[in-house]
Amino acid sequence: MRLEPIPNPTLGRRLGPPAAALGVTVLFAMALAWVAGADPLAVLGLIVKGAVGSKFALLETLNRATPLIFTGLAVAVAFRAKLWNIGAEAQLYLGAVVTVLLGTGALSWPAPALLPVLGLAAALAGALTLLGPAWAKTRLGVDEVVTTLLLNFIVLLFVSYLLEGPMKDPMGMGWPKSRRLIAEARLPRIVEGLRLHWGFALALIAAVLVWLVQTRTTFGYAMRAVGHNARAARFAGIPVTSVTLATALLSGSLAGLAGFSEVAGLKGNLTLDLSPGFGYTGIIVAMLALLHPLGVVVAALFVAGIFVGADSMSRAAEVPSYIADMLLASALLLVVLALPFTRFRLRWR
Amino acid sequence: MMEILDILVSATFWTAVIRIMSPLLFATMGELICERAGVLNLGIEGIMVVGAFAGWMAVYSGLGLWPGVAVAMLSGMAFGLLHSTLTVPFGLSQHVVGLGVTLLATAATYFTYRLALPQVSSPPRIQPFTEWPVPVLSEIPVIGPAVFSQTPLTYLAYAVAALTAWVLYRTPLGLALRAAGENPAAVEAQGLSVVALRMGAVILGSGLMAVGGAFLTMSAFNSFFFEMVNGRGWICIALVVFGAWRPGKAALGALLFAAFDALQIRLQQTGLGQHVPYQVFLMLPYALSILALVVMSRRAEVPAALMVPFNKGAR
Repeated sequence: MRLEPIPNPTLGRRLGPPAAALGVTVLFAMALAWVAGADPLAVLGLIVKGAVGSKFALLETLNRATPLIFTGLAVAVAFRAKLWNIGAEAQLYLGAVVTVLLGTGALSWPAPALLPVLGLAAALAGALTLLGPAWAKTRLGVDEVVTTLLLNFIVLLFVSYLLEGPMKDPMGMGWPKSRRLIAEARLPRIVEGLRLHWGFALALIAAVLVWLVQTRTTFGYAMRAVGHNARAARFAGIPVTSVTLATALLSGSLAGLAGFSEVAGLKGNLTLDLSPGFGYTGIIVAMLALLHPLGVVVAALFVAGIFVGADSMSRAAEVPSYIADMLLASALLLVVLALPFTRFRLRWR
Repeated sequence: MMEILDILVSATFWTAVIRIMSPLLFATMGELICERAGVLNLGIEGIMVVGAFAGWMAVYSGLGLWPGVAVAMLSGMAFGLLHSTLTVPFGLSQHVVGLGVTLLATAATYFTYRLALPQVSSPPRIQPFTEWPVPVLSEIPVIGPAVFSQTPLTYLAYAVAALTAWVLYRTPLGLALRAAGENPAAVEAQGLSVVALRMGAVILGSGLMAVGGAFLTMSAFNSFFFEMVNGRGWICIALVVFGAWRPGKAALGALLFAAFDALQIRLQQTGLGQHVPYQVFLMLPYALSILALVVMSRRAEVPAALMVPFNKGAR
C-alpha cells in the first residue's frame, strides 16, 4: 500500500475527503446513540435543536465558542510552525489569574483604560507561560509536548493554591473562588439585553488579525516556512530560533486572552472549573479548521454547538453528554485521515 | 531532616514506592517499545484510562482478576491498532493522532461508564488483587516486604521490564525493532516489514499501557473514578526520555520518581506540611519530570527515526 501524489487535485478532490470524514462522524454519532438505546435521528435532532434551536441556545453556543476561538487560534498558530503547544489550558488559566489580580480593585481606572490593560496583561501572562517550554525546545532540545502538558497540571495546582490562599474570596462561604471583578473590569455586552459579551467580538478580531499576520507579513511567511521545513528555512536565512520563540509568544498570548475573555466577559471571577478543557478542545478546533485562522472561527462554532447541543440533548434523552467528546475526537482523527486523500491516491501494490 | 530520614528507612515507605512504581513500569515499557520502533505514542494517557476502566468493569461484571487484566490489555491493543494504522501505513502526524487517540479513548471510557452506571454517585468497589508474599525473599528486612510482598501485578511489572530489556537487546526481534526506529530502510533491505514491526510494537506497547492503567483500579484504588490517571501517562513519556530509551534506566527512573512521589505524600503530614501549601507537594512530581527532561534531553540518544514516517520506495 502506498500513496501516490495527484498532480492537480480538482476542487471536488480537495473538498470530498473532509466532507466524507464529517459524514462518517455523523454516522458514528448515530451509532453511539443507538448503542445508548435511543433513536439516532431524534438524538441528532435534539443536538441540533439544543445548539441553534432558540435564541437562548444560539447565544449559549456563541458564548461557548468564544474561548474555543482563542485556544483554537493559539493551537493553530503554534502547530503551523510545528511548535506543539498542548499547554493552552495552563496559558488560559494564568491569563485569568492576571485578569483577576489586576481587575478586582488593584487598578481602579475607568473601563476604557482598564480593559485594554487587563487584556494585554492576560496575553502577556499566557505568552510567558509558553515561552519557557519554547525556550527549552530551541535551546536545550527538550520536547515541548511533554513540558507543556506537565505545566498544565502544575498551573492548575497553582491556581488551586491561589484560590484557597492569597486570592480566596473572604466572602465566598469557604468555596475556593476569587473575588469578583469590579464593574469597570467587566467586558460589556455587545447588544444590551443579549447575553453575549465583547469577548466574542474580540475573538473574531483576533482571528482576522492572525490571518492577516500569517498571509500578509514576512513574519507569517517565516512561521509557515519554519513549520514546513525548519532546515530549509534556516538555509534560506530565516532565524528559526527567534521565529519559534515569537510564535510561542503569539500562541501563548492568544490562549491567555481566552482566560481574560472568560473571566471578564462571562464569569466575573475565577474558579477551578473556569475551563472544562478549552485548551485541549482547542486542538480539535484547530485541526478541524485545517490550521486556518478563519476556519478556526467556523470550527469553534461547530465544536461549541456540539457541546451545547449534547448537554441539552442528554437532559432530554438517556444518552450521556460525553457523546460530544467522542464525536469530536473521532472527527479529529477522521479529518486528519482524510487530508492526505485530498492530494494523494491510494495504490494497493 | 530527621523526619525525612525516618521516612526513608521505614519499610512501609518502600512498599508504597514499589506500589506507585508498578503502573508506571508497565506504561513506561509500553511507551519505550513504541518509541524504539520509531513511533511516539501520545495516546498513552487515554489508553491508561481505558485500561483502568476496562479491567475494573470486567471484574465488576463478574470476570476473574486475570481475565480482567486480559480485557484491559485487549482494550489497550485495540486503541494501539487504531493509532498505528493511522501513523504507520498512512504516516499521519504522530502528535496529532496520539492526542486524538487520548481524547477518543478518554471520551469512550467516560461515555461507556455513564452508560453502564447511569445512576451511581460513587463508583462500586471490586475485590482487588491481594498481596502475595514470595516465600523466603519477603523475609529480607526492609527490601523483603517492599519488593517481594506485593500483589501479583507488581511481579508481572518486574517481569515485563526484564522481558522488554531482554527482547530488545538479546533477540533478533529486538534488533529488528530497534532498527525500525533507527534506520527503517535497512530493515526493509533485510526483507523485514517496517510497517509490521512498527504496528506490532505500538499495539503491544499500548496493551502494556492499558495494563498499567488497570493496575490503578485492580491493585491500588479498587475502584474507577474520572481523572484517576491524572497525567501518569505524560510522566511515563518523560521517564522514557529520562531513561535515554533504555529499559533499565527507564525502570530506574520510574523507581526514583515513585520514591519522590511517595516522599512528597508523607512530607505533607510532617511539620513541613503545616508551613507549605499541599499544592506545592503535589506539583513536585510534575516539576521533577520537567527538570529530568531538561537535564537529560541534552545528551540523550533519540532513536534516529522517531516520529519519521516510513514510506517504502521514497528517497
